[in-house]
Amino acid sequence: MSEDRSIAAEQATLSYTLRVNGTDRPVADAWLGESLLYVLRERLGLPGTKNACDQGECGSCTVLADGLPVCSCMMLAAAAVGREIVTVEGLADDGELTDLQQAFVDHGAVQCGFCTPGLIVASEHLLSVNRSPTELEIREAISGNLCRCTGYGRVIAAISAAAEARTAAD
Amino acid sequence: MHVAESLEEVCALLADDPSASLLAGGTDFMVEVNYSHRRPRSVIAIDRVPELTGWRQSNGHIELGAAMTYAEMEHPLFAAYVPALAQAARTVGSPQIRNAGTLGGNLATASPAGDTLPPLAALGARVRICSRRGSREASIDELIVGPKKTTLAPDEVIVSVRVPALDGPQEFLKVGTRNAMVISVATVALILDRTQRSVRVALGSVAPVPVRAAEAERWIAEVVDWDAPAVPADDILVRFGELVAAASSPIDDHRSTADYRRHAVAVMASRALARVLS
Repeated sequence: MSEDRSIAAEQATLSYTLRVNGTDRPVADAWLGESLLYVLRERLGLPGTKNACDQGECGSCTVLADGLPVCSCMMLAAAAVGREIVTVEGLADDGELTDLQQAFVDHGAVQCGFCTPGLIVASEHLLSVNRSPTELEIREAISGNLCRCTGYGRVIAAISAAAEARTAAD
Repeated sequence: MHVAESLEEVCALLADDPSASLLAGGTDFMVEVNYSHRRPRSVIAIDRVPELTGWRQSNGHIELGAAMTYAEMEHPLFAAYVPALAQAARTVGSPQIRNAGTLGGNLATASPAGDTLPPLAALGARVRICSRRGSREASIDELIVGPKKTTLAPDEVIVSVRVPALDGPQEFLKVGTRNAMVISVATVALILDRTQRSVRVALGSVAPVPVRAAEAERWIAEVVDWDAPAVPADDILVRFGELVAAASSPIDDHRSTADYRRHAVAVMASRALARVLS
């Protein structure tokens, strides 16, 4: 009897609404243990945020939560209610690139591309709090984003170039 | 699923269902959930409970909310009061993890590799724990009794941690395989207390629980010239390192060997002592 109840509880679902990229997104009949990463990709049709390690090691699932970069795999989706979530899809209008994304293209900072959305979100946050980051500050800001293709040199060049272009444009 | 808004609410929810999982930053909890090592039935999110957030200074002490993140501990205003804790927080995971993981989570998880634990042990931190039955205080060694084992009852929640604001430099040193995203192989927190004329040392990842190096502390307090502190001679630094290492009881595991851990602790202790006395 008690076992039946615990199985029922395990399978019980819940519904809630997340705030993603400035829009209220209802989530219906979800399992309690679903990560924000899972809900973004599998329930809300936002596959830009990537899933690799599922344990907070690789940074490919980086999103902004209330303006801070976090691993969406480490955030329980149902506990993200009331937080402003921004994914890579929320940084530019559909089909367009931000200046930072364009800098990644121009500098060849993208190879297989899997880590790129996480790097874009993390470095966009860096530039929002530090307009002229040093190379060390850039390295620190992307230290939670693993890239196994580029060796980071072109990624750092792209972020530096975007920062310089923004400062020059002011 | 409850997103709690007050400490009273957390205590009431836990009293009604002590099997509920407390969720703060999620950086330990979600690894278990994502890998199917844990199937949560009921979750109480405590990261936005006002009594658990932020930090404040009062009467020579600093009170840290249990939901304070590593990133908040890195902040220069906080680091000025408790530099060893700020340095430890700085070495945890990645910026993403430090924006989520919390002090209370580090305590409740009670991993031997928990990086805030040696500074807290060295500072003689007092942990405030609440339930609907009442409130109690515990030291680090009263709270953490084994690897991932605490004396927390199922209906209790860690509310805050109180540490003294001490006069003197502090160091936290950590050995791992690289600088970013690394679980510690061995750590040393060393704190100079000019008022008490004492050196406080605690070690992490080299014993089942964070340990103080009491004999080394007693020995060095007699050796230091407190009226004119200076970097001790090499033989003193080496002897101090040996005494600190003797307080460790490391094991061989997938991250390191016991021999290397003992060696690393001795080197870090000597180096930390030289730094705080320079």
